Amino acid sequence: MAKDKVNIYIDDQELEVDADSTVLEAAQAIGKNIPNLCYLKEKNVIGACRVCLVEIENTGKLAAACITPVSEGLKIQTNNKRVRDTRKMNLEFLLSNHDVECPSCLSNDDCDLRKIAEDLGIREIRFEGKKSSFKKDYSTPSIIRDPEKCILCRRCENICKEVQSVEAISTDGRGFDTVVNTTFFANLMESTCVMCGQCTLVCPTGALTEREYIDDVWDLLSDPDKHVVVQTAPAVRVALSEAFGKQAGAICTGEMVAALRKLGFDKVYDTNFTADLTILEEGTELINRINNNEKLPLFTSCSPGWIKFIEQYYPDYLEHVSSCKSPQQMFGALANSYYIEKEGIEKEDLAVVSIMPCTAKKYEAQREEMKGDVDYVLTTRELARMIKQAGLDLNDLGSEDFDLLMGSSTGAGAIFGSTGGVMEAALRTAYDLITGEELKEIDFESIRGFEGIKKAAVNIDGLEVKVAVAHGLANARKIFELIKNGEQFHFVEFMTCPGGCLGGGGQPLAASEEVLQKRMDAIYEIDKKKEYRKSHENPYIQKLYEEYLDEPGSEKAHQLLHTKYIKRGI
Amino acid sequence: MSVIEAKKSEEYREEIEAILAKYEGDGFALIEILHEAQELIGYLPKDVQKIVADNLNMAPTTVSSVISFYNYFSDTPKGEYQVALCKGTACYVKGAKEIIEKIEDRYGIASGETTEDGKLSLEVVRCLGACGLSPVMTVNGKAHGLLNPEKAVTIIDKYLNREMEEV
Repeated sequence: MAKDKVNIYIDDQELEVDADSTVLEAAQAIGKNIPNLCYLKEKNVIGACRVCLVEIENTGKLAAACITPVSEGLKIQTNNKRVRDTRKMNLEFLLSNHDVECPSCLSNDDCDLRKIAEDLGIREIRFEGKKSSFKKDYSTPSIIRDPEKCILCRRCENICKEVQSVEAISTDGRGFDTVVNTTFFANLMESTCVMCGQCTLVCPTGALTEREYIDDVWDLLSDPDKHVVVQTAPAVRVALSEAFGKQAGAICTGEMVAALRKLGFDKVYDTNFTADLTILEEGTELINRINNNEKLPLFTSCSPGWIKFIEQYYPDYLEHVSSCKSPQQMFGALANSYYIEKEGIEKEDLAVVSIMPCTAKKYEAQREEMKGDVDYVLTTRELARMIKQAGLDLNDLGSEDFDLLMGSSTGAGAIFGSTGGVMEAALRTAYDLITGEELKEIDFESIRGFEGIKKAAVNIDGLEVKVAVAHGLANARKIFELIKNGEQFHFVEFMTCPGGCLGGGGQPLAASEEVLQKRMDAIYEIDKKKEYRKSHENPYIQKLYEEYLDEPGSEKAHQLLHTKYIKRGI
Repeated sequence: MSVIEAKKSEEYREEIEAILAKYEGDGFALIEILHEAQELIGYLPKDVQKIVADNLNMAPTTVSSVISFYNYFSDTPKGEYQVALCKGTACYVKGAKEIIEKIEDRYGIASGETTEDGKLSLEVVRCLGACGLSPVMTVNGKAHGLLNPEKAVTIIDKYLNREMEEV
């Protein structure tokens, strides 16, 4: 039988380590920081970048630490002259074919390549030669591809394949002509890309970035004729402060609101408000489908990457998708109707901006069916940059409250930002609406957390309501397998990104599992502290129905808050 | 997708499906399948790639990624006359570069491309194994050696004018 532990030496220090670990893992475990660019724990372990080289004393050879397994008696040097010089040389080779435009690069502040160049002490690039020449891909409103900055680390390719099962981008060509692109498809827009932006989170350079709309929003804010309202998604407030040096999980709702006011937005509203509204519309849809024996399970519709995914890969299941617009688009529709009527604002004077943890929301706002309701979508990262551009530090701002009309929300709206949150919020309301009683135990622990697929059964008025939650699109495929194998559900929540919106493609970069966990804890902390924790208890939602929409599922609600989908195929 | 491509794959659909059936959806057989499909059609049009991808339950991106890696595979139609010009070491030192430039200039195609009329395609290849004849090219498999730029295009013109027999 193979041994569980082996003894190795790292920089002459004897260690006992797990026999199935790599040199990189063993070194990291004792706090040795071996620089690496392509390595991504469990997701991309291919030894492509050659920056994590170490010397194997036993053989006298250099090897990539990330893919070298440990073995009994292995002796490793992580920091001698030969190792340092070779790492440096390899990095210079990478830089010699990299479009070095750091000061104007969108990833300037987040670039691993730039940071490692500094860590290794690169002061000149000795190699000059032909550079690759590739066009930038501006085809989508969400993501920009700039292959001239790509160092072919393949993180994006593997995230897209393993986590999202989308494979929109892949390696094309060979040798000097190698490029990561959409190969089969003309560009990203025509590809299977769902715009989730997970690739932008892992890209170590500026080769994959969100499409920035900061300047457009500045233009809106400096136009005296424009009345600009902003909405903020639930997951932004638990991540934004990371960009200002705070520990992950720090809640900055009040500071974020204050910052947005300082930037010049006329009204600062909350997507959590329309998240509550979504629950009433979607909950009603669920109840109707159950009562009328209509298509079940019902699928959630808040996550635009998921919507493009099902339109492409499972178009025959589109009737299962809730007709509810996402909270972002519900907000946009209401701003352009309810809000302007109430405030007496001309439609052409209104502009709606969203702050989202998401790159796919940019694409959603541009979808033909809903175009014009939300003018610009900024990611959490873009908001952080905008605050910095205004010379503000989030940490110095006091806490302010959202404006009222569409800024009030419950704990149920807050947890939309986490995987399982939409389901939990829906159950809290569905229970009360169906039974006419008040649900007391409102924390549904079994559908919280990072498990890829979570299931639960809830007894509502004698009916065993079976629900499931999936996050990460590879897990969404597994749900379809379950359904095809005859497993019955009433309601399934799908989120495109691992962890849900808190792990969205528009969030601050370099988010480890620990960071995601802290963001998640923060979201449930917000929920816990809310006066109301069920969507239907939100007094401003009640007011909205009384004054404007009549009742959930009404004709007016359908006209404003519901939408249709497109059978795309691939 | 061009009209020509659509016709191609329809024309060959049954045969492609027969190839696919042989391998029973085994993803590891991708290269063999592509090989046979290209033998059949002469190149690998997009919709054939899609049929193969669907059959193997693979993303089309993966299939085209593999095609792009191997020089042997092509996703563009080949010309009626296929020139393979050697740029191995011996041919290179004896002036292959000038011959390539001459061909590119005269017919308006670069390596890997086909003329618009579909008559001629050019492929610059590594050693053909006929260094004694360097610089050397093959046209539809037939070798022509001891070339210079002028001689190369004279030979190609003869093929195009049907003055040269094919092997």
